[in-house]
Amino acid sequence: MSKINRFVLPLAGFALLVVLLAVGLKQAPEKGIIISPLVGKPAPGFELPDLLQPGNKVASSQYQGQWYLVNVWGSWCVACRVEHEALLQIKAQSRVPIIGIDWNDADDAGLEWLSKLGNPYTRVASDSEGRTAIAYGVTAAPESFLINPDGVIVKKQTGVMTPESWQRDFLPLVAGAAR
Amino acid sequence: MRRLRACLPVLALCASFAAWAVDPSPPMADPSLQERYLTLTHELRCVQCQNETIADSPVEIAAQLRREVRESLLAGKSDDEIREAMVSRYSEFILFKPRWSARTALLWLAPGLMLLAGLIIGWRVLSRRQQLLASDPSTVDEETPV
Repeated sequence: MSKINRFVLPLAGFALLVVLLAVGLKQAPEKGIIISPLVGKPAPGFELPDLLQPGNKVASSQYQGQWYLVNVWGSWCVACRVEHEALLQIKAQSRVPIIGIDWNDADDAGLEWLSKLGNPYTRVASDSEGRTAIAYGVTAAPESFLINPDGVIVKKQTGVMTPESWQRDFLPLVAGAAR
Repeated sequence: MRRLRACLPVLALCASFAAWAVDPSPPMADPSLQERYLTLTHELRCVQCQNETIADSPVEIAAQLRREVRESLLAGKSDDEIREAMVSRYSEFILFKPRWSARTALLWLAPGLMLLAGLIIGWRVLSRRQQLLASDPSTVDEETPV
């Protein structure tokens, strides 16, 4: 009995540890991605200078009561260039307005980007000091937030939005509500 | 001696710890606020370079998070309120030292539990050894090879 215990108990302990670590590895979020605690919470309000219409403001209050997508980007952001085509496609569907937040960027660099690559945004806000991005818990561009008519963040994309992820994860939420 | 003198500037550089700091902003006017500022910025994780504190990271977002801490301190927020504001946006992950909660209880208790398990196992091994020794009539000396 005790002879078996001497082998079985440490082995069982070891097996338990292996299972624990395996589950931990499996459940761990993708390396480096911080899961946003903001999904399901009211979207932070913002009022920022309008990049495209100088002198105007882009404010979250202007979009109260409707679905909209907030996309955080910057002309310095390589992944945003990859994402750009997908945003243009989403714009073509015209299901939701896309509010761009030009993050930690020089205004003229942002404008040049839009004139060169096309503008997928309904409005673009200039967040040159990064305050709105911090309020949204942004860690790296691009990040996108789908906001419902109650002003609640219902879905977040960390990293590049693809046509597939939009069709799969985002559009059904908007379409489901519209029905 | 001359060689030692040559080393002096290097030694002086090493001694000037402030020169190593990444944070270029001047210290806060109120020394007690400055002390809390230093504590908090060393507790918060830079969300971009995730193994550095925001006090140690040279990237722009770390500077902006430091600005956030500084402004919150000036606005009269408590340390806990500032931590909570960061956690509400960036999750518990932004704190290098996790807070005590139901989710982190096992994390905090694990070292104590492991120590306890070790003590129990050690005590059982020793007491079994005592029993074996008590039932064995031969002395330790007899077993020692000469």
